[in-house]
Amino acid sequence: MEILVASAIGILTAGGLYLMLRLRTFPVILGMSLLTYAVNVFLFASGRLTVGAPPILRDGVTVYTDPLPQALVLTAIVISFGMTAVVVMIALGAFLGSDDDHVDDRPDGADRQPGGRS
Amino acid sequence: MSLLIIVALPFLGALLPGLMNSAGRAACAGVTFTVSLAAFIGLLTNLPTVLAGDVVMARVDWMPALGLNFTLMLDSLGFFFALLILGIGLLIIAYARHYLSRDDNMGEFFTYLLLFQGAMVGIVLSDNILLLLVFWELTSLSSFLLIGFWKHLPEGRQGARMALVTTGMGGLSMIAGMLILGQIVGSYDLSVILQNRDLIQADPLYLTALILILLGCFTKSAQFPFHFWLPHAMAAPTPVSAYLHSATMVKAGIFLMARMWPVLSGTPEWFVIVTTAGLVTMVLGAVIALFKHDLKALLAFSTVSHLGLITMLLGTGTAFGAMAAVFHILNHATFKAALFMSAGIIDHETHTRDIRRLGGLRHLMPVTFVIATLAALSMAGIPLLNGFLSKEMMLEEANHTVLFDVPWLVPALATFGALFSAAYCFRLIWHVFLGPVRDDYPAKPHDPPAGLWMPPATLVLLVVVIGVAPFLAEPFVKLITASVLGDAAEIPAAHFKIWHGLVPALFMSIIAVVGGLVMMAVFNPALRLWDAAPRPEAKAIFDAITDATASLARKLILPIHDGAFTRYAAIGSVAIFAVGYHAWSTGSIGFPTRTPQPASPVFIGGWAMLVAATAGLVLMHRNRFLSLILIGIVGLMVSIGFVFLSAPDLAMTQFTVEVVTIILLLLALNFLPNHTPIESTVLRRVRDAGIAILGGLATFALAHHYLLREAVSTPISEFHLANSYKGGGGNNVVNVILVDFRGFDTYGEIIVLGIAALLIYALTETLLDGPVRARLLNRKPDQARAGDTHPMMMVVLTRVLLPLVLMVGFYIFLRGHNEPGGGFIAGLIVSIGVVMQYMASGFSWTSARLKYPYHGVIGAGVLTAGLTGIGSWFVGKPFLTSDFTYVRIPPFEKFELATAAMFDLGVFLAVVGAVMLSLESFSRLARRAHTPDSEHAMDIDPSRVRPAPDSAVFTRGDV
Repeated sequence: MEILVASAIGILTAGGLYLMLRLRTFPVILGMSLLTYAVNVFLFASGRLTVGAPPILRDGVTVYTDPLPQALVLTAIVISFGMTAVVVMIALGAFLGSDDDHVDDRPDGADRQPGGRS
Repeated sequence: MSLLIIVALPFLGALLPGLMNSAGRAACAGVTFTVSLAAFIGLLTNLPTVLAGDVVMARVDWMPALGLNFTLMLDSLGFFFALLILGIGLLIIAYARHYLSRDDNMGEFFTYLLLFQGAMVGIVLSDNILLLLVFWELTSLSSFLLIGFWKHLPEGRQGARMALVTTGMGGLSMIAGMLILGQIVGSYDLSVILQNRDLIQADPLYLTALILILLGCFTKSAQFPFHFWLPHAMAAPTPVSAYLHSATMVKAGIFLMARMWPVLSGTPEWFVIVTTAGLVTMVLGAVIALFKHDLKALLAFSTVSHLGLITMLLGTGTAFGAMAAVFHILNHATFKAALFMSAGIIDHETHTRDIRRLGGLRHLMPVTFVIATLAALSMAGIPLLNGFLSKEMMLEEANHTVLFDVPWLVPALATFGALFSAAYCFRLIWHVFLGPVRDDYPAKPHDPPAGLWMPPATLVLLVVVIGVAPFLAEPFVKLITASVLGDAAEIPAAHFKIWHGLVPALFMSIIAVVGGLVMMAVFNPALRLWDAAPRPEAKAIFDAITDATASLARKLILPIHDGAFTRYAAIGSVAIFAVGYHAWSTGSIGFPTRTPQPASPVFIGGWAMLVAATAGLVLMHRNRFLSLILIGIVGLMVSIGFVFLSAPDLAMTQFTVEVVTIILLLLALNFLPNHTPIESTVLRRVRDAGIAILGGLATFALAHHYLLREAVSTPISEFHLANSYKGGGGNNVVNVILVDFRGFDTYGEIIVLGIAALLIYALTETLLDGPVRARLLNRKPDQARAGDTHPMMMVVLTRVLLPLVLMVGFYIFLRGHNEPGGGFIAGLIVSIGVVMQYMASGFSWTSARLKYPYHGVIGAGVLTAGLTGIGSWFVGKPFLTSDFTYVRIPPFEKFELATAAMFDLGVFLAVVGAVMLSLESFSRLARRAHTPDSEHAMDIDPSRVRPAPDSAVFTRGDV
């Protein structure tokens, strides 16, 4: 199970990094979302993996999973929504303002004609 | 008065002039004067202690771990400088009140002035050298603001920048020097450092520290070769020139040399560097000053020259030299500030500072004539005025100083400098006041009101009193000299006298004065010679150096920092990987201590879906709508994984966040192109894939490594598990951590969330106000619109669901303390319920039914959480301490009431407000775009499908 979680983290990171290196805003945003998943799962996994022992106190139960990473990741998930929303808004504003959704100031090599700079 | 208050007063007072600005100029100057006066009187209350030879201390621990403490010390040297700063400051404030015109913003001016005053007082009272550095930089900053006060003048801006660059550079090198000094001694307290002369001078880093510290002193005190900034700083208003550039700031470097004198001086290195710099500055400044036609430039260079004189005296390293330096600091502050103020008066009344356009003013401005002449004669070294006394002492000291093994070098150069010094003083008197009255002054000159001439007159009174009765100043000067010398030397026995007999210094003095008069006689031919001679222009050199530095920096940085986000991301990823690899390959890796757990087929199935969705996302990301669905699957699988791995709270949060994120991205995709074109080359894609695989492998290896090993140190989670019920009254440990153990974190996080939502709102507002608005209104949808924008089935269903969703949210919220749930999750669930109404029934219909704006909901949430936290203050507990009790209201079962629930309510409200405000902002863009939003909920369009071009008829009026 450990290898599955670790490989999931690795694959999410790889996919996130690849998309983040694209030239348009939308794939970059998706890439950052993938990276967010990877980081959240990574942080969560720092409490090690436990099956069937949620940190809800019950009489007679002595084994619980580590609650602290969960609390930290919970707020991280909510905050990352806020940050995604801000980035999307900035990307949208830039696109609506210039009709151009490139993330770079100067694309290397590509000869770009900004369409809507009217 | 406590030293802390004396230092704090100007800083606190700096708030007042700006506030009093609208109350009138007199009130503005009055409040500034009062603040300074309070600090001045506070300083005087410490006089008896200082006179008794004791040192007043005040100490507040600031960052003890760094050795940085707010330690203040007042000995006689500090007292002397503080007296100059505050005393002359009072005169300057009174003078500036009349000097500034109605166009000048007086509040701004006095605010800067008080900031500067506080920083200067801080420097001279600091006992901690790190604290001293903080104040030192503050004087650079505040003087930048003061020099550039007349922002409309390019000279003012350039002069301010030059001063900041030069003194800032010196300040940086001084930080390095001071750190070395602190490391040598092992303490950053001046009182400790001053006790360790032998330790410091024996250290191999002594010379490095000395040069670095002297760089700071020389730049601040305009010593050669850094003398060039001071004349350019004269673009400042005259009160600033008089205050900063004669009496205080330029003396800061001198002060520091005097302060550090016991530990740094006395070595050959100190002697050669400091004496040479001082001597060169003195001669150079005096010669240039003679040929300047601008009154303030003349005074500026004469200041440079006199600062050189003081530096040279400190450089000799003898007790007599130090005493002469202290005496000259006092004398120079009095006559030079008076001269600057007189120059300001002349400028103010005649509207010119050009000496060639002046002359004959003695009849028109008799009061100014007397003040300026006495001050100038004192500067020239005429007996019965204070300048004569210290100049004699300087010449006497120079007579005994042998530099580079040439016995006549120092006396000759000192006499030469004194000769030119006398010459420019005579020129000032002669060309400005004497000679025939002219009829072509730019304005009709007359004496100014008393407010302008009283401050310089006060100073000239001191000039004469000290000059006639030097024994009055002697005990004071000797007391200060004692604290300069510390334990390094005995106070010299010499007495201050006007007549010392026929000593060599007297003959040198006579040569200087007579030579000065001769110089005046041949001034015109000398000026022609001077104008013909080639001279390096400091400003041009400075500009060339700064330009070269800037272009070098550009060449180094721009290739890396070229505005391409992808490049930063690639460089960042590779750098992080490299650092991680370094740690991995150099650290030690233990054996696995945990046995791998078996995975169930369901888990493997979930994993496979996640991997497939991620791979599909990467491969098919060009189809944006498809990629949105795929990332939804990824999120879903992550949530299910959380369920599996004992994290029900996380699963609920991830799931609900997933829903709102997808809605948000859908709203955005409404405007963005729905396809990503192929632009990058194959090579580039291979490179990116390489980076991605590297990063993936690294995180995989790291995660796999620690999943199979126990934590290096015991996790603190045991505490949370043990105390969750006992201390927090809840069974859901995650929720108790959020609202109780780490409530402060959570509080910060809901604030961040609220700020993010407000930022989105603000961006939307800006977009809708700008040119984007017209574009949105004229935008044609690229796809056919649905025939029924608000399908009846969906409207009915969402309305039926709304109370259900609210009830579920309420339930999840209430049970959160003991079961999975809580404010975050409940907030997200309720948001989804409301968003459904927007989606089904339309924007107008839903907004019309909203009672509270979402900003208010965010605010209410943050306030509720904050007030709950503050509530614990009233029972004497720290912020956010929670309490709980169990109550029983029949017929219900016993239940718990916790203050943490109030905090969680705040979290809930903030989350609802933030999520809704973000989504609402996005949909407002959509609403303005192309659809005329109907007020009616269930609108069924009989035309079924409206083709895209038709929507063009819906113009602005329809919206």
